[in-house]
Amino acid sequence: MFETIKEFASEFFVTGDPMILGAQVSIALAMVAIVFVLTYFKKWRWLWSEWLTSVDHKKIGIMYIICSILMLFRGGVDALLMRVQLAAPELEFLHADHYNQIFTTHGVIMILFMAMPLMFGLFNIIVPLQIGARDVAFPFLNSFSFWMFFAGAMLFNLSFVIGGSPDAGWLAYPPLSELTGSPGVGQDFYIWGIQISGVGSLASGINFVVTILKMRAPGMKLMKMPMFSWSVLASSVTIMFAFPILTVTLFLLFLDRYVGAHFFTVDAGGNPMMYLNLIWMWGHPEVYIVVLPAFGIFSEVVATFSKKKIFGYKSMVFALMSISFFSFFTWAHHFFTMGSGANVNAFFAVTTMIIAIPTGVKVFNWLFTMYRGKLSFPTPMMWAVAFIPCFVVGGMTGVMLSVAPADFQFHNSYFLIAHFHQVLIGGVVFGYFAGLYYWWPKMFGFKLHEGLGKWAFWFWNIGFYVCFMPQYALGLMGMTRRFNEYNFDMGWQPLNVVSTIGAFLMGIAFIFQVWQIAHSIRFMKKENTGDNWGQGRTLEWSIPSPAPFYNFARTPKVVAQDDWWEKQQRRERGEADPAEVIAADNAPLEPIHMPKNSGIPIIMSGFWFIAGFGFVWDWTWMVVLGLVGVAVSMLARSFNYNDDYYVQADEIERIEAAAARGAN
Amino acid sequence: MRPVFRKLSAMLSVTLLLILTGCSNEKYLVLDPKGPIASAQKDLILITVAICTAIAIPVFIITAVIVWRYRERPNSKASYKPNWEHSTKLELTWWGIPIIAIIILAIVTVNYTYKLEPSTAIQSDKEPIEIQVTSLDWKWLFTYPEQGVATINYVQMPVDTPVRFKLTSDMAMNSFWIPSLGGQLYTMSGMAMTLHLLADEEGSYYGSGANFTGEHFAQMTFTANVTSQEEFDAWVKDVKSTEAALTEEDVVKLKEKGTHEVAQFSSFPDNVFYDIMMQYVEEGEKGAHAHHVTTSEDAEASEHQHH
Repeated sequence: MFETIKEFASEFFVTGDPMILGAQVSIALAMVAIVFVLTYFKKWRWLWSEWLTSVDHKKIGIMYIICSILMLFRGGVDALLMRVQLAAPELEFLHADHYNQIFTTHGVIMILFMAMPLMFGLFNIIVPLQIGARDVAFPFLNSFSFWMFFAGAMLFNLSFVIGGSPDAGWLAYPPLSELTGSPGVGQDFYIWGIQISGVGSLASGINFVVTILKMRAPGMKLMKMPMFSWSVLASSVTIMFAFPILTVTLFLLFLDRYVGAHFFTVDAGGNPMMYLNLIWMWGHPEVYIVVLPAFGIFSEVVATFSKKKIFGYKSMVFALMSISFFSFFTWAHHFFTMGSGANVNAFFAVTTMIIAIPTGVKVFNWLFTMYRGKLSFPTPMMWAVAFIPCFVVGGMTGVMLSVAPADFQFHNSYFLIAHFHQVLIGGVVFGYFAGLYYWWPKMFGFKLHEGLGKWAFWFWNIGFYVCFMPQYALGLMGMTRRFNEYNFDMGWQPLNVVSTIGAFLMGIAFIFQVWQIAHSIRFMKKENTGDNWGQGRTLEWSIPSPAPFYNFARTPKVVAQDDWWEKQQRRERGEADPAEVIAADNAPLEPIHMPKNSGIPIIMSGFWFIAGFGFVWDWTWMVVLGLVGVAVSMLARSFNYNDDYYVQADEIERIEAAAARGAN
Repeated sequence: MRPVFRKLSAMLSVTLLLILTGCSNEKYLVLDPKGPIASAQKDLILITVAICTAIAIPVFIITAVIVWRYRERPNSKASYKPNWEHSTKLELTWWGIPIIAIIILAIVTVNYTYKLEPSTAIQSDKEPIEIQVTSLDWKWLFTYPEQGVATINYVQMPVDTPVRFKLTSDMAMNSFWIPSLGGQLYTMSGMAMTLHLLADEEGSYYGSGANFTGEHFAQMTFTANVTSQEEFDAWVKDVKSTEAALTEEDVVKLKEKGTHEVAQFSSFPDNVFYDIMMQYVEEGEKGAHAHHVTTSEDAEASEHQHH
């Protein structure tokens, strides 16, 4: 009996590696500590009723952001481990199998469990406030999306301590990711972690499309909508079309592995190349999904801190939508070297280059938003300005890669690695940081400490260039991605050392940011204004910070593109508001219809987690248990008619009066 | 605002310097071509760099000037027009600039895409030789059908002679890349891809498997040794007389996961390349790969059309 348990445990838990053992112990200790703190301070009920079951978009957004910062930590540690391994030739720091797991989890985590939740976090917190809505269109579904993301992310991360991490690369090309190439459960954790969180992403995409199309305040025509909301619309539409492809692709891979189908195997008529096509039909739009909202953030930040209207609004909207459209016609540029022939390569080279046109126009429009403006440089603006040259270089190398015959020499080399890190860090991460610093006071009512933020900014920026510029050179030297070691004779060491130093500078930057957040929570003064930067332009700055749970006491009437800014300008000039605005602002308070909190999303996602875990280990009883739980949760939701309530006018009045008192 | 752009432009120029000095530095394999394909690819890279920098440098300058001039400060003489948000002329300009640049680049690219299509034979006075390349987990097997010899993790080829590499894979997809001679091409099981390369200088060149194939993928590097035709012939003779044969049993062993030393063989089992390629294709099956499956006769037939 004991022997069987021992045997099972040695297969179940990842054993034999001191580093992983250390991680297991620290995870266990952290969990014990969390349970202890929650119990000691009697916070379980608070956690459950205020956060875990909340359908408030602002709280869900904050939970997304917390998860994303934790995942940034894990993905970042993965990155640092890789850079240490590559700092010297033939180093024995990480063994090949361990290194392969680390670059796989680094990629998956950074894209799907760091960038995506940070993006959804900002969507959630800002979009309803920016368009004058009281919540998203489907608050219950929104909560469900978050918990599906969370369940998927946890399932994926669990593979680190139980069963073993996936190691077939972040997109898991078959036949390597088939049973023949990856017999372990790591690949199954990959499939189910991504599948479960993917459902959440798709639902979020739909949710935000509907929210933006149907829930805008009266008077906010689409062409008066703030740029960030436009970018969210572009990104969400892309999600709606791209994520089903991912789900189907991974499902087919699952069928191959689980029931012995042959969609992507090399034998029995399977075709691995089909997988490459399918996964990149999702994968390429995916990078635009994460970068488009960053474009939106830059538009907001640049306009705000230039005290000027965004330049070329219509061009900007057109550029966003056309990038979203063209992103679906470029996927094959990820495998020009597959030998599809000159016709195919020429087509995809040209479609890829076309994307550079609207992107270039956006850069010019940001520049000319600053032109004849009054520029101030708090941290959000610093990130926005640092983004421009960084993204221009990243875009330039992207165009170089799109030249198909030249790509035969860049493909899979460090040149490619440097390129996509430059657009993903210089574009997406810089953008989301700008957004996080910009909207932080809207979320919590206090700003992040500027001094520490500037330290973090400079460490990030210098670290970025020190880390990735040498990698372009390494690519031209012939260094291939995913090498866990290299020969001394290649002369790759000096630049690799430089690159590793850069990675650690970014690691220091992250520590500054954690310090900054901790310091700001403790010491930064609560600001008694809704317009924390004093020059906000859009509706979110017209309500208190943090926003009351119902957002807007009265539904605002929108008359201009930068409605809040225009209103302030009218006041400064001593002009009266238009009659319709006066009427809306002075309307009697009416009861507000709100959704009730619900425990079903977290419970249903928990059952999905159980089902996923069962699929990973091929334990049918567990799969059945999980899926039955999911079905019961759905039924419970379907027959629950008690899911809404009204906030009465006198309560709104009390809350608003308290906020106003704070402001005086 | 601290002078962020001066820092950035300094870094950029350092990078550019690195790349440019790289042209004379033999460590930058891609920029130090040893054959017409790599050479054309390098030209193409330089053309794209030129087009891109022609746009990027002015953008950097404009950015720096705007950020500096319009920063908020007391007594700023810069104009402030908070509602200036549209100018058809300006917007047409910067829709126009990238459109023109991309049109130029697209024409160049399409042109080169057809010219450098890897399956197109290279113009030469000499008859091409064929070398069959098989990627296994985790070693490269080279078979020379005309010479009847085989090598592992090492390829020998004569200078100034076009080489028709036939590429396949036993299992996981890899990518065959000799940066000094030209760009890479995937090796895929069930298919025989064609990559034409030519070395116009003698020497030993670095080659690698550029696509991840699992645990010991980093060990899949090899040397491409380019010698004169005489030395090549002498090498073939030497291998034939001194080395052992590659047997069917050896091939079975090669298919097992593991790394391998550099090795040479005086002969190899007939059709070993096509046997590995076709191993998963069932009798009479018209799989998705059918159009990629070419025998050496087909290849030769298409060869003649190009001449």
